[in-house]
Amino acid sequence: MTVTDSQKMAYVAAQAADARVNLQFETEDGMTLNMGPQHPATHGTLRIVAQLDGEQVVRCEPIPGYMHRGYEKLCEVRTYPQVTTLINRIDWLGSFANEVPFILAAEKLMDVEAPPRAQVIRTILFELSRLGNISLFLGDLGIQLGGITIGFYAFRDREFVLNQIEAATGGRFHPNFDRIGGLKDDLPKGWIAETHRAMDRMRRLCDEFEELVLGNEIFQARTRGIGVIPADIATSYGMSGANLRATGVDWDLRRDACPPGLSYDLADWKVWTHPDGDSYARTWVRLQEVRESTHIVDQLLDSIPAGPIMAKVPRIIKVPEGEAWVATENPLGEMGYYVVSKGDLVPFRVKIRSASFNNISVVPWVTRGVFVPDVITIMASLYFILGDIDR
Amino acid sequence: MSDEVTETPQEPTATVEAPTRCGVPVSDSRGQVVLHPSVGDWVRVVTELFDQGFHVCVDLTAVDYLNQPVRNLPAGVVPERFEVVANLLSHAERQRVRLRVQVPEADPRLPSIISIHPGVDSAEREVFDLFGIAFDGHPDLTRIVLPEDWVGHPLRKDYNSGRIPVQFKAPAPSR
Repeated sequence: MTVTDSQKMAYVAAQAADARVNLQFETEDGMTLNMGPQHPATHGTLRIVAQLDGEQVVRCEPIPGYMHRGYEKLCEVRTYPQVTTLINRIDWLGSFANEVPFILAAEKLMDVEAPPRAQVIRTILFELSRLGNISLFLGDLGIQLGGITIGFYAFRDREFVLNQIEAATGGRFHPNFDRIGGLKDDLPKGWIAETHRAMDRMRRLCDEFEELVLGNEIFQARTRGIGVIPADIATSYGMSGANLRATGVDWDLRRDACPPGLSYDLADWKVWTHPDGDSYARTWVRLQEVRESTHIVDQLLDSIPAGPIMAKVPRIIKVPEGEAWVATENPLGEMGYYVVSKGDLVPFRVKIRSASFNNISVVPWVTRGVFVPDVITIMASLYFILGDIDR
Repeated sequence: MSDEVTETPQEPTATVEAPTRCGVPVSDSRGQVVLHPSVGDWVRVVTELFDQGFHVCVDLTAVDYLNQPVRNLPAGVVPERFEVVANLLSHAERQRVRLRVQVPEADPRLPSIISIHPGVDSAEREVFDLFGIAFDGHPDLTRIVLPEDWVGHPLRKDYNSGRIPVQFKAPAPSR
């Protein structure tokens, strides 16, 4: 059996970890730098092993798996309503968005459609979780590049979004609110006006971010031209979401392939792309996405129809036999569920296609030849959530 | 979970026409096109679909149909224990295509499509890790989410999900 490059690197890094150092100077291929599994710049427990030649990266490989929780196996022994509790924890910053594609897949198999009011509220909550997620990205990117201020601004203003999610669902981070055929509850009193105010706050955060970070010379020097991913590489590596749009590919599942059950067609909004494909472009596209998202929420809040919030579904949910694939545009990119049902109370197989898992597969390609501090920039701007990688 | 099959989901119309695309049987799964290539056709079909504009491999996964002989399959496709499922996407045509390959239990291997879609690198490693399906031609087929010394492939249906024994309190001694 031949020993592959990454096996060799993992071995060297393990030796370094045993010796309680993260840096080994004298290895066969120059110097090996081991970042993680615990590292401030990894949002969790991703290990990055980089082979260095002087200050430049020869090969850099992310090693996931330190947080694998086996959700796909656990889903096979949970009933359909119980599964949403688990999958809330995949991308923990945008939890509600994780539930939606699974619920839509189950609805597709059952041939149930949520009533219009539930669809609109579902879309609003979906966008709120996107705001909560990406606003933290904006702050976190600043922190990782050395500008702490914007981090505090982002945490401060994200609270307004989380408060609205909590007011509607009862959970700040893990709402567990989506149901097959509708939603758990209706909106509380006064929620619509409060959410409008929160959207104003988010737009103000975007303006602050633009002035404080995007226009900053140091930020531009550290992100412009760093980690350039061309469009064909991005598509062939299966990237999605803002990372893909930052390479100039005009593709957004909300507009192009929105599954039934979400009502994005009621709002008037725009998909932003950037031709550069570098770290700056990825940040810029996400900033515009937050702005568009607030506009979507504002418009949908004013167009919530009256009516029930639950369709008629049986009390004990048995999903008919078949398989369905539903994907939605989540904060991190395309998230899809492949649900195979055998007509039981529990799904036979749930495949969770999470965006980050594919988005980081491009890391070995994009980090060839970059300098060590740029690895942090690239990893931060690619924006992954560890729970979304390891599931 | 019962293994008894009470009804056959096969629709009679699907067996009469037997439509094909890229030379392999095609079925429809709730509005999505599903191709059923054999193991030998796998790389050829993916290449042909790539030339037709399906440049993104969104997802590659597998399903273990242990003791599930009856499935939604068109005529002429022999069900096997494993099924590798791939989702391809065409940005230009805004279309998705799903591929389902039957992989026999006796020889669980499939040619790798990493030369066509380099992004399936980690997906193929994950399928190998959790299902034990080997991909010929993959440069680094190692475990990705589980530790290297893990025994078994957990997403197989015959792999016990395991449980931690709960230790109940002993009854209080009666005086």
